[in-house]
Amino acid sequence: MAKCPYCDFNSHVAASIDQDRWQRAYLSEIDRIGAETRGRVLNTVFFGGGTPSLMQPELVAAIMDRIRATWPTANDLEVTLEANPTSVEAARFIGYRNAGVNRLSMGVQALNDDDLRRLGRLHSVAEARAAFDIARNTFDRVSFDLIYARQDQTYDAWRAELTEALSMAVDHLSLYQLTIEQGTAFGDRYARGKLRGLPDEDDAGDLYFLTQDLCEKAGMEAYEVSNHAQNGSESRHNMIYWRYGDYAGIGPGAHGRVTIDGQRYATDTGLSPANWLEQVEKTGSGEQSRSAISGADQAAEYLMMGLRLRDGISLARYESLAGKPLNTNNINRLADIEMVSHQGDSLRCTPNGRAVLNAVLRDLLPD
Amino acid sequence: MPIDQRPFPPHIAGIMTDLKNIRNFSIVAHIDHGKSTLADRLIQLTGTVAERDMKAQLLDNMDIERERGITIKANTVRIEYPAKDGQTYVLNLIDTPGHVDFGYEVSRSMQAVEGSLLVVDATQGVEAQTLANVYQAIEADHEIVPVLNKIDLPAADCERVAEQIEDVIGIDASDAVQISAKTGIGIPEVLEAIVTRLPAPGGDRDAPLKAMLVDSYYDAYLGVVVIIRVIDGVVRKGDKIKMIKTGGAYGIDRLGVFRPQMQDIAELGPGEIGFFTASIKLVRDTRVGDTITHEKKPCVTALPGFKPAQPVVFCGLFPVDSAEFEALRDAIEKLALNDASFSYEMETSAALGFGFRCGFLGLLHLEVIRDRLEREYDIDLITTAPSVVYHLHMKDGSMRELHNPADMPDLTYVDHIEEPRIKATILVPDEYLGDVLKLCQDRRGIQMDLTYAGSRAMVVYDLPLNEVVFDFYDRLKSVTKGYASFDYQMIGYREDNLVKMQVLVNDEPVDALSMMVHRDRAEARGRAMCEKLKELIPRHMFKIPIQAAIGGKVIARETLSAMRKDVTAKCYGGDVTRKKKLLEKQKAGKKKMRQFGKVEIPQQAFINALKMDD
Repeated sequence: MAKCPYCDFNSHVAASIDQDRWQRAYLSEIDRIGAETRGRVLNTVFFGGGTPSLMQPELVAAIMDRIRATWPTANDLEVTLEANPTSVEAARFIGYRNAGVNRLSMGVQALNDDDLRRLGRLHSVAEARAAFDIARNTFDRVSFDLIYARQDQTYDAWRAELTEALSMAVDHLSLYQLTIEQGTAFGDRYARGKLRGLPDEDDAGDLYFLTQDLCEKAGMEAYEVSNHAQNGSESRHNMIYWRYGDYAGIGPGAHGRVTIDGQRYATDTGLSPANWLEQVEKTGSGEQSRSAISGADQAAEYLMMGLRLRDGISLARYESLAGKPLNTNNINRLADIEMVSHQGDSLRCTPNGRAVLNAVLRDLLPD
Repeated sequence: MPIDQRPFPPHIAGIMTDLKNIRNFSIVAHIDHGKSTLADRLIQLTGTVAERDMKAQLLDNMDIERERGITIKANTVRIEYPAKDGQTYVLNLIDTPGHVDFGYEVSRSMQAVEGSLLVVDATQGVEAQTLANVYQAIEADHEIVPVLNKIDLPAADCERVAEQIEDVIGIDASDAVQISAKTGIGIPEVLEAIVTRLPAPGGDRDAPLKAMLVDSYYDAYLGVVVIIRVIDGVVRKGDKIKMIKTGGAYGIDRLGVFRPQMQDIAELGPGEIGFFTASIKLVRDTRVGDTITHEKKPCVTALPGFKPAQPVVFCGLFPVDSAEFEALRDAIEKLALNDASFSYEMETSAALGFGFRCGFLGLLHLEVIRDRLEREYDIDLITTAPSVVYHLHMKDGSMRELHNPADMPDLTYVDHIEEPRIKATILVPDEYLGDVLKLCQDRRGIQMDLTYAGSRAMVVYDLPLNEVVFDFYDRLKSVTKGYASFDYQMIGYREDNLVKMQVLVNDEPVDALSMMVHRDRAEARGRAMCEKLKELIPRHMFKIPIQAAIGGKVIARETLSAMRKDVTAKCYGGDVTRKKKLLEKQKAGKKKMRQFGKVEIPQQAFINALKMDD
């Protein structure tokens, strides 16, 4: 295994993994957080970050069993697992389904072998398509990721590729513009001027709006900046992030937002898998930090996450978190230039506004 | 060494020097031709300063003076020299400012002495700045001793340079003293030449006191220190004196001479140069060229030639960080204490916030003040485009001075506008002459003279000052690879077709960017400004027209297109914290922007737009 050059997520690469040790640690973390959040209804589970499809289905099953024993779960509990589209991993899909996974999210990334190599992926298009077919036959819901605005990718090439993706019987697509993040191999290459052929802002804008357009025509409107779904197939798990609900983070590098005794906390765990494992074993908790989030910070996070959604935010909820309303002048200024639309309690970005959300947020967030 | 290096007595008794044993002189030279080194040598060789206390450029006190090799304030030093004729002479050297910006100060320093050493680099020849200053010396009726420096260098060509001095300046250079200030060759001969070739001062000891205020500066411990040259009469410690022009009356606390450190003296008589302190708080209360006399028994007439300081170049100085406004105010007030020629008043700019409109004697003066504010007071500044003083002749027959294009009145009230013109003298090696002529022509220059001295051309142009304050020095330096020398003097005002050009960003005028330009140059200037701003202003969520306009008429236009895409692709549960930090950083960056209507313009955009490097 290797780490992808564009990825700034907490991903780790290891030759072999002691699944029993990991299982004990995960179950112990579920017990710990379960004790703090007793009685809360669990709606979704997401196995993600790095390559969870390296997990044996038995570990997934054990985790799911402990989860069900810990929290009352919703009738329509959504259990998503991220997977690489390789034949090795596809062989485990049936096991994951039997363990309770009902939604698969595949990191296809490109439908073009040259670009897959440039992105550092180890799979081929043919392999990805085969894995996708298996997934389709195994799970109720399947999503896959594509990365666009890649090096030297033309408008027409992306149109063809996205059209092909939309023709695959898929109910959900995550379409990410390649973003050069500091601290990644691409970031280093970019900083050294060695990453050429990336689109400028105008071309990136064209690709973004082409994406919106093609998806909408295919009945897969964007419900979030980079996420498209048929009606009802939205990722309910991710919606919790964007609607700023509570989530517990379990495992190395996992962040959480949990409300305990009426106070909302931000939690995180150490990034290094080995250290996390050792910490859980020694101290009974993988948490590295837990800090109370002020009302103002919660409101800011809500705004940042909520405006990513097509449906936007509730101004009343913002106000109750912040303790004061969002600045009306700023809202009106943005509404005048058609970056946001404001109707009653609802504030949302227009399609143009969502494309420049960072600028909208800079104007809206209080100083 | 022929000089007796006796230690000087710590206190000089009040025995006045006989007039015939006094020589007062200045040194005229171009930058780097060795003025300061020669002065150091004279001081050293006469034992005025002990060897161990020598440091380079004894007379240039300010860091900026040492660094740039320029003199801003006049300095004096008193040297005692036992000459070959067996008598000991008192030599007073006034180190004058060397730059045209300080032309008036130079002229007063020149009036305070009877002779000059004209130092010319024997490897370089006469430069424009030398000319301007030597003419000042000639105007002051100086006896001039040519000195050829750097004769130790292989490139020295004494014969050619002496010829050039005779050709260009018109003085006899046949008995020029050949020296190397660096190695010390010829220094004793310079001292002898001062004694034998320069005249002794005149003056009447028994007449009422008449002394010239040569310069003054602020000392943190002593208050204002006044440098004077006594013409007639005698001044003593404790005397009640008055200044004729300002009317101020003071009691002298301390009287002394510079050697070059201060040394007290009981009295100063005719022909002598020294200093006094008198509990004067502000340098502003002392005006260069003023006449000092006794309060009780004053002289009848003031010295001729006094002129109040007249700023010719104005610009706005604003703190980059608006929180530093008070610090800037303090710093400017402190600097102004020591510089009567620098004027300031508060200015408010919609673009730049609170700052000061400041007047300077010239561009160098502007740079020096700005440097000192940034360096000594650690304040980052935005400097707006320098502007000259225009004369607005109104329809009602009155005349107004315009210091700031933002104050330009409605044109319907203005009959015509006059702008200051200069006579610029440029000396340049032959091969760059074409480029220099083109530059001057482009800047609306009128050629007045073109002569050759060896392989160098001397070209004289009548130029509008507003074209020179822009970036003329930089352009001249760049087209001549640094080989041209340049000097100028003001020659008066002339009417021309001048207009105020405004810059509008998103239809809002940006006051800090408005400027007076010649109508014929307005389109080009406007286009350049709009193009530059388009690069400098970040995209906004809407498109922004950038226009240059005269009155209501748009003469240049660019459009900054709207931001297309700025959104984080991935943002999930773990990313929100990091994302928030990023946005906070960006918001902090916004604080460095100036809000302009709906548009935010970074500070840096103003700084760069005003640079205008063509």
